[in-house]
Amino acid sequence: MTVQELPGAAAAYPAFTLRTDPAPLLPDTEPYRVLGLGTDSPLDPALMRRLYEGLVRGRRYNAQATALTKQGRLAVYPSSTGQEACEIAAALVLQEQDWLFPSYRDTLAAVARGLDPVEALTLLRGDWHTGYDPREHRIAPLCTPLATQLPHAVGLAHAARLAGDDVVALAMVGDGGTSEGDFHEALNFAAVWQAPVVFLVQNNGFAISVPLAKQTAAPSLAHKAVGYGMPGRLVDGNDAAAVHEVLGEAMRLARSGGGPTLVEAVTYRMEAHTNADDATRYRGDAEVEAWRAHDPVDLLERELTGRGLLDEETIRTVREGAETMAADLRARMNADPVLDPMELFAHVYAEQTSQLREQAAMLRDELEAGAGR
Amino acid sequence: MTAAATLAAKPATMAQALQRAMRDAMAEDARVHVLGEDVGTLGGVFRVTDGLAKEFGEDRCTDTPLAEAGILGTAVGMAMYGLRPVVEMQFDAFAYPAFEQLISHVAKMRNRTRGAMPLPIVVRVPYGGGIGGVEHHSDSSEAYYMATPGLKVVAPATVADAYGLLREAIDCDDPVVFLEPKRLYWSKADWSPHPVEPIGRAVVRRTGRSATLITYGPSVPVCLEAAEAAKEEGWDLEVVDLRSLVPFDDETVCASVRRTGRAVVVHESTGFGGPGGEIAARVTERCFHHLEAPVLRVAGFDIPYPPPMLERHHLPGVDRVLDAVARLQWEA
Repeated sequence: MTVQELPGAAAAYPAFTLRTDPAPLLPDTEPYRVLGLGTDSPLDPALMRRLYEGLVRGRRYNAQATALTKQGRLAVYPSSTGQEACEIAAALVLQEQDWLFPSYRDTLAAVARGLDPVEALTLLRGDWHTGYDPREHRIAPLCTPLATQLPHAVGLAHAARLAGDDVVALAMVGDGGTSEGDFHEALNFAAVWQAPVVFLVQNNGFAISVPLAKQTAAPSLAHKAVGYGMPGRLVDGNDAAAVHEVLGEAMRLARSGGGPTLVEAVTYRMEAHTNADDATRYRGDAEVEAWRAHDPVDLLERELTGRGLLDEETIRTVREGAETMAADLRARMNADPVLDPMELFAHVYAEQTSQLREQAAMLRDELEAGAGR
Repeated sequence: MTAAATLAAKPATMAQALQRAMRDAMAEDARVHVLGEDVGTLGGVFRVTDGLAKEFGEDRCTDTPLAEAGILGTAVGMAMYGLRPVVEMQFDAFAYPAFEQLISHVAKMRNRTRGAMPLPIVVRVPYGGGIGGVEHHSDSSEAYYMATPGLKVVAPATVADAYGLLREAIDCDDPVVFLEPKRLYWSKADWSPHPVEPIGRAVVRRTGRSATLITYGPSVPVCLEAAEAAKEEGWDLEVVDLRSLVPFDDETVCASVRRTGRAVVVHESTGFGGPGGEIAARVTERCFHHLEAPVLRVAGFDIPYPPPMLERHHLPGVDRVLDAVARLQWEA
């Protein structure tokens, strides 16, 4: 008997087929851009004005929050200076009922969505962890453990879809966060469930001190989308019009039942990781200056001025508004927060355990004894 | 148990009671969703979710991708949107990838949001040894969970408690780590569904006057058997089933120890850094003047869980419990 004559040798077995055509999922090889191209493709003047105002105020907010760290009013501030286009566009593409899942560097996006800056900065001032009701604003708590908020966004979007609600979740993460397991698991769950989620990766070049080259060997972070079976989009993260357009398309796709999208916005962290970091230890001034030539606020201002969509008076009005916002923030942050140490025991469980009641009583006694001294 | 319930009682296993708890909760409350690995079509590797996907659909009982952090992380998002997810971790040691979600988010969300966003999530964990499982299938991981404020930690030992405590856990607005003793899945009792003592209350399973055995989960039947055997030695042992490690019922435990004057804590988890250390300390702090002997612990050895052919040497058994009781300074 030859091999060909063995029983079953010629029987058909299940053939392998690709489950999805990967070609439409692939990102472009260059970040998508709108601004500074010298073209006259139409821009929505009202939207551009909102973006511009958001960027100017955002830049001022970052400067003010950084100043507050030097005055001891904030424990720490991870600045998004240089990344304002991503922060503002992310906030503006959301509808009222949508949810934002920010990382710790995204207080600006939360503020641009309408959150009171003092509430947004509660975590970084240190008077509590989350200073707002996430459900009231549909903004998840600012997330410190990297990428762990991404599966939350997927679960929430999935639950909303099961309920038949028109809700999309926009989840923000940095380039470093894409190395985390939760990034992978979130994207995988989102694609399998076709959850209405948009993942925005702000690739700002560094995870504290570690450059992207030590973080990934992928062609781009957007290319990672293909492995999950979702589209990847690459966009210039300093181009507010481009980020808004790409995120808007991804939001529409999610809203219409088309599933998740991974958007990589290429940008640059102009400041150190936080005020506690020294960026001169891992990058040179020349690199920073090169990026300054592609500043998101300047880029938008130049384009809009050149097109006649922005005049001197509007620029002045917007800047004055930003100064007023900063002065208000400064004044309110300079007031000492009212702290109640007994609150430490108030929210651990729905009902305090007997052990927590005992410990609360102990602290109350200590406080009363201290007050009597 | 009411008279009517007693009349309707039929033989049931713990696994069946757990399934019934989820089924009844899902029927009563559309917000209850079950998710995990193999929980749908297969009904779970222990068949605890058997039939749920068929009855309620795959959107309510969902086979997820194989990723525990993803399962618990998405459950967090579902709970944020108002659902009440019941998550199955397939085995004790398979729950570890979900640790960050559990510790950094599930346990803390209520507190960090000043009570605005509680997470009513149940994390079911088939746990403990005694089933001949190979490596990574028999861990007693309760000490990790107990050490995390914000979590409730529950372990049923009876068929009735399996149902009643799981119903309560699903109704609870706080996250509950629900430890299901694997080797009791097939334990049987005549039973019909009924409420039980709430989470946070220990129950005296057997009254006695000589000493108190403080235990929970898979070690409860061991202690009850030891108490029967101890009668031959003239010891009348009380057995307290904690049922809930967090919240911990100091009141019931200490009332028992004050009555008997002697106590042994019995569990499968390692002794060093295990729950018994905390329990012994609490009892000593509160009952010192009633104690006739130091509070002793009978625990698993301080070793990685043994291979199945050696696990009987590791698990606290009746003889080891009786040896500890014998060391309670009866001569004094």
